[in-house]
Amino acid sequence: MSTVDLEVKPTSSGPRGAANAAPRGHRLGIGDPLFRVLATVCGITVAVAMFGLAGVLIYDSWPAITGLGTKMLTTVAWSPSQGEYGALAALVGTALSTLVAMVIAVPLALVIALLLVELVHPAVSRVVGTAIEMLAAIPSIVYGMVGLFVIVPYVQDHLVPWLLTTPLANVPGIKPGLQFQGGGLSIFTAGVVLAIMVLPFITAVSRDVLKMVPQVTKEAGYGMGSTTWEVMRKISMRYANSGIVGAVFIGLGRALGETMAVAYLIGSVYTDLPRSLFDPGTSIASLIANQFSEATRTLDLSALIELGLILFVITVLFQIAAQAWLRRVQRVTGGRA
Amino acid sequence: MSAVPGTTSPAAALRRRSVGRRKATDITVKVFSWIGAWFGIVAMGFLVYEVVIRGAVAWNWAFFTQSTPQDVTSTAGGFANAIVGTFAVTGVAALMAIPTGFLGGVYLAEFGRNGRLAMAVRMIANVVMGVPSIVVGVFAFAILVKPLHHYSGFAGSVALAFIMLPVMARTTEDILNLVPNELRESGLAMGAARWKVTLGVVCKAARGGLITGATLAIVRVAGETAPLLFTALSSPYWLTGLFGPSGFFGGPVANLTKTIYDFSGSPYPHFQTLAWGGALLIIVAVLGMNILVRLIFQRGKEW
Amino acid sequence: MKKSARSWRLMLLVAAVLAVAALAVAVAGCGGSSTTDASGTPAPAISGFTPAPMTADTILGAGASFPAPLYMKWGSDYNGVAGVKLNYQSIGSGGGISAIEAKTVDFGASDAPLEQTELEANGLAQFPMVVGGVVLVVNLDGVADGQLKLTPDVLASIYMGKTTMWNDASITKLNAGVKLPASKINVVHRSDGSGTTWIFTHYLTDAAGSIWTAGADKEIPWPVGIGGKGSEGVATSVQQLSGSIGYVEYAYAKQTGMTTTQLQNKEGAWVKPSIASFTSAAKNADWKASLPSMYMVLVNQPGQATWPITGASFILVQKDQADASRAKTMFTFFDWGYSNGATAATSLDYVPIPASVYDLVEKQVWPTLTVSGTPVWP
Repeated sequence: MSTVDLEVKPTSSGPRGAANAAPRGHRLGIGDPLFRVLATVCGITVAVAMFGLAGVLIYDSWPAITGLGTKMLTTVAWSPSQGEYGALAALVGTALSTLVAMVIAVPLALVIALLLVELVHPAVSRVVGTAIEMLAAIPSIVYGMVGLFVIVPYVQDHLVPWLLTTPLANVPGIKPGLQFQGGGLSIFTAGVVLAIMVLPFITAVSRDVLKMVPQVTKEAGYGMGSTTWEVMRKISMRYANSGIVGAVFIGLGRALGETMAVAYLIGSVYTDLPRSLFDPGTSIASLIANQFSEATRTLDLSALIELGLILFVITVLFQIAAQAWLRRVQRVTGGRA
Repeated sequence: MSAVPGTTSPAAALRRRSVGRRKATDITVKVFSWIGAWFGIVAMGFLVYEVVIRGAVAWNWAFFTQSTPQDVTSTAGGFANAIVGTFAVTGVAALMAIPTGFLGGVYLAEFGRNGRLAMAVRMIANVVMGVPSIVVGVFAFAILVKPLHHYSGFAGSVALAFIMLPVMARTTEDILNLVPNELRESGLAMGAARWKVTLGVVCKAARGGLITGATLAIVRVAGETAPLLFTALSSPYWLTGLFGPSGFFGGPVANLTKTIYDFSGSPYPHFQTLAWGGALLIIVAVLGMNILVRLIFQRGKEW
Repeated sequence: MKKSARSWRLMLLVAAVLAVAALAVAVAGCGGSSTTDASGTPAPAISGFTPAPMTADTILGAGASFPAPLYMKWGSDYNGVAGVKLNYQSIGSGGGISAIEAKTVDFGASDAPLEQTELEANGLAQFPMVVGGVVLVVNLDGVADGQLKLTPDVLASIYMGKTTMWNDASITKLNAGVKLPASKINVVHRSDGSGTTWIFTHYLTDAAGSIWTAGADKEIPWPVGIGGKGSEGVATSVQQLSGSIGYVEYAYAKQTGMTTTQLQNKEGAWVKPSIASFTSAAKNADWKASLPSMYMVLVNQPGQATWPITGASFILVQKDQADASRAKTMFTFFDWGYSNGATAATSLDYVPIPASVYDLVEKQVWPTLTVSGTPVWP
């Protein structure tokens, strides 16, 4: 709707009287279109920036893409001095550490969101909710440092030795693999810290989404004699389903790309696939962070940039999937969900 | 058959038994909820506590006035040059990203709205927000460090600006969307130019949220390490000038996060202490700004 | 309605064209070639980017973490003496080599010397700056500094993953009277390309070649072990993980009070790491024969008191320097380091390069370095 053509008689508001002589329509010749163009250009910049990023990454990883073909995705070890550029160890490590993080964070977040929405006084809910949201504000190096100096010795000296005395020690996935070095610097430690890092995102969104469930519906459930948990599980979560899934996607994206905390904690073993949660491994992001300064030859640098491209593609795909999911559900539920 | 249907049949007996189970489940979940919430709070408190305990020791006058030590045997030195460097790098990034992001958000909220281009921009912005910051660092390296054969604080700023841009745009859009349309209509009905209405009326009404959004975007980016790893690198010296080897465009620039990363990996206790001191500074700044900004601008509103 | 709608679309078009044009100009001005020049031809002055007049007061170096404590101390001392600043980034030998090849630094530092062919291919010159020792550090309760005894065979076996427990017979046999726990040996190595790794793996190949089969390079596919970034990372990891063993430059071990081990050298004698033992290794090396590349491997040298894992750390510079003033500043600093840096070196337990070797460097290597044809030094 444009009102620029309305012929409004200028009001004589004192000092601007003379300037108001001409009809409004003419005076707006430059200001509005210029503003609109400026805003549009800035809007487009965001899109251009992303395509620029993708383009530069592809361009700079081209020597590796043509030189290695698909070998990067099928080789395990990353060992440039031996001419091996395998991303498989990093991919598996990324997947495992993210999995550990999600398995810990999602139920925890849901249960905390339940508490914030149903179980406590709104004022308490605000304080507790803010405290948990503040977890998101802590920079990842701090997580890495506290992890390294506090959690690593604990896992190494107490948790893993104890765990190995229990029957769990023989469960595949916990049973130490060849690369096991005590478990302090391992997929597990990295996953636990990642879980704490993504917790606030999932909690905050879940809480917001759960709050939007109509009170009437919940009360209907309570009126039938349902317990709090039953109302949450059968009513609230059905309503909030898509929002929660969206929250999980957000947390997932964050965990996939986390660099610093993982670089501190995952053990940096590039040569083998981890056979256990307590084996050290590597992730794509931490591999790039560790190896980037030493790319000696063009192919080395190119291969690392290709790794960056792979990570970029993975996160973009996840984001697109998340967006598509959210939009589909919004269409089905007709708006707020 | 009893007088009240359904109270003595086997089905009723079943229901009575399962009530106990349902209650048990409910209580278990509630217990877990409380444990979970306490875990979250304790984690938060623990993190802050550890950093405070280990970092407060480092905070003295030297910490804030001297540059980073180079001699591994020294017990002197501070983080002053890193602090200045972070201000510079983040400041320039903000100069680039905040206005652009703001105007982009204005476009999305006011002009594009649900048009095809705006939807595309919105979706791309959401996607870019999920790109790992290390990838952004690699990108900045590829366009600004490799071709020019030197590291620079400016390359770091570009990487940070890239991260800030979509955040600022989407935040602006969300805030502006909250302003009721009546405000816009009344402004336009007065005959004011569209741009005047947008800037002078709508944005003015939303300025609390906008300032919050901008501040939080800047503060979030100030704590990033990965984008600076191969762009601004780090330096033991003060930022001097623009184009010299210690200059903003000419060479590596000291910054808090990379310096903390370097020092925390050092086995020398003094350097480790300095690293914790830097980490404490970041936490105080980031958490402090978060809380401050919410207190000032969102008093009374839902958090 | 139509007129202003047309006008804003027109303006959008004009703005787009201008933006693209500006972008093109910027790219052309700043970009030039955007791929690393692997052939190493000297880069032309960066077009479109005019730095302010060089004040030549900062030297930018990057590379090995092995000599990093020393270079940083020299930088700090030299700053007091001449006001020149040294910015040394400890990113690993591999990083130093790639940085000097990419010309993002004034000098690179590497403990793994380059062969003549690679030097020539990249237009680089190299010379040794300091000698130091690589030591093993362990984190074991009840084991004192310099107490634990290891042979090259046992060490190789540990790093191959063949010996996995601290109380393995092969270790206890050497260490009667030391209480070794019945726990797993946690192995720590470097995660980045490292000259320290190069020295260490060359030693294992040389002294225990029948057991050590994983190669000798700046970076190898380790059979076992966790990777730490830089010698600092290895030291910190060993500090944090109980029951671990790692290899670091001696300065890191000494300055942090970590527990070092004894090694059995080529003569069969048990040695502890010390200046004397490193000097013993460096004394007999034939530097003259190593010209012009000065490629030298100092591991497993003869001598009763010799520490077997010794290595020289090298400086790499571009043969054709880009800026006369910066080159002069840099080489004055190196000269100072050779002539005046011995005290600092010994205080951190490095072995300074003997004057006779510096003489070789100054007379044989530095005269080959030029700025647009004229020699840089003197």
